[in-house]
Amino acid sequence: MAAEEKDRPQLSVTAIRNGTVIDHIRNEATFKVADILRLDREEEVVLVGMNLPSGKVGRKGLIKVESRELTPDEVNKIALIAPDATLNIIKDYAVVGKRHVELPDSVEEIVRCINPDCVTNKQDVPSRFDVIRSTPPSLRCAYCERTMRSGDFVLR
Amino acid sequence: MPQAGDSVISIRDFGRDEILQVLAAAARMEECGHFGLLEGCVLATVFLEPSTRTRLSFASAMMKLGGQVLDFGEPEQSSFKKGESLSDAVRIVGGYCDVIALRHPWEGAARLAAQIAGVPVINAGDGANQHPTQTFLDLYTIQKVKGQVDGLTVGFVGDLKYGRTVHSLVTALSRFDCEQVFVAPPSLAMPEGLLAELQQGGVSYSQSEELAEVLPGLDILYCTRIQQERFADSLEYERVKGAYRLDRTLLRDSGARESLRIMHPLPRVDELAPDIDDTPHAVYFEQARNGVPVRQALLALVLGKV
Ligand SMILES: [Zn+2]
Repeated sequence: MAAEEKDRPQLSVTAIRNGTVIDHIRNEATFKVADILRLDREEEVVLVGMNLPSGKVGRKGLIKVESRELTPDEVNKIALIAPDATLNIIKDYAVVGKRHVELPDSVEEIVRCINPDCVTNKQDVPSRFDVIRSTPPSLRCAYCERTMRSGDFVLR
Repeated sequence: MPQAGDSVISIRDFGRDEILQVLAAAARMEECGHFGLLEGCVLATVFLEPSTRTRLSFASAMMKLGGQVLDFGEPEQSSFKKGESLSDAVRIVGGYCDVIALRHPWEGAARLAAQIAGVPVINAGDGANQHPTQTFLDLYTIQKVKGQVDGLTVGFVGDLKYGRTVHSLVTALSRFDCEQVFVAPPSLAMPEGLLAELQQGGVSYSQSEELAEVLPGLDILYCTRIQQERFADSLEYERVKGAYRLDRTLLRDSGARESLRIMHPLPRVDELAPDIDDTPHAVYFEQARNGVPVRQALLALVLGKV
């Protein structure tokens, strides 16, 4: 069995020279991550993989973007919907940095509060949440104090 | 403890020691009177949702300390009707006074107001979220009638799902060494999220559907109103209402302690029989009165006069 696996041709994808590889994306979240990064508008090389075998999460998604470093806001958004994702920084085809996405103590503006009576949904107020747990992510609105879990997140 | 310039928005912002300091300040207010302490200071009451008793309690607290009170007026007559934003209104009123007591139907309104008012804001209720002065007066009442908050078994009965006063008091008591008992029908049980929070914090609690069963073990019973609008079926409402009604007979037959004290945020409807009013168990009218020294203490603290 193991030998067969080995002999099977491996899926080959172009390596990127400089940029970011986002690995171990929760499979279903792959295209959401692509949305967060606005990859539809990206002009550099972009590779999006899905249903890739992964011991860690069964099947995973993977995204490579040439010449791009993620902003803290983008990393926070990814941490909300794909908390197991890892970021690999690529320089000259080599991985020069690797880290897990991680939520800060609080996140601002990136998520909408699910509570329709929350002041942030009534008036033009930037949302703010305290992170009460990071995996699985759980947030508490700094205004109405409503707690939200990963299924509730609506990104702004 | 709130310092000069601080706002009072949510009981979540207060640790155990800070709560005890506020209660101690309230006790001093009640003992010494302190007339003249807030002379020259102006409180603006901005109540965009009616609550006459809370508004009067704030006004009374301010006047008893020699301060003045401005009232923003009824929401129907105010500029809100014309579509003025909460932020604009609060910014303007903040220029007329030294402290604002705000009641607003939007959840989080007080937190937002505090960021822009330029003066301290005391949350007098933001929708279904928080009503911290109620929580402080509840705690003050418990401390007054029992001598301390630690070591007590506190029961809650009624609408535990939507009851804002219950949620805030439960959160506050979780900072003390208390046993909490929740009595409600399954449809009005405590929200899962809050129970999970108690578990995480290692708070000891239990749940029951039978009031008579838990009564003998309680030091305090906190009753709340069960509202008909929560029920789609009026027969179900009548059944639940009957099952959680407390009267003198139930207290006697269930073997409740002599020392049991019964609280209620008022107004009540049927859930507390009037035949309890003149027993030593009833402390709900005293509880309502305690709102004044507690609000005196908070006003004085945020205005830096304590
Ligand atoms: Zn909110």
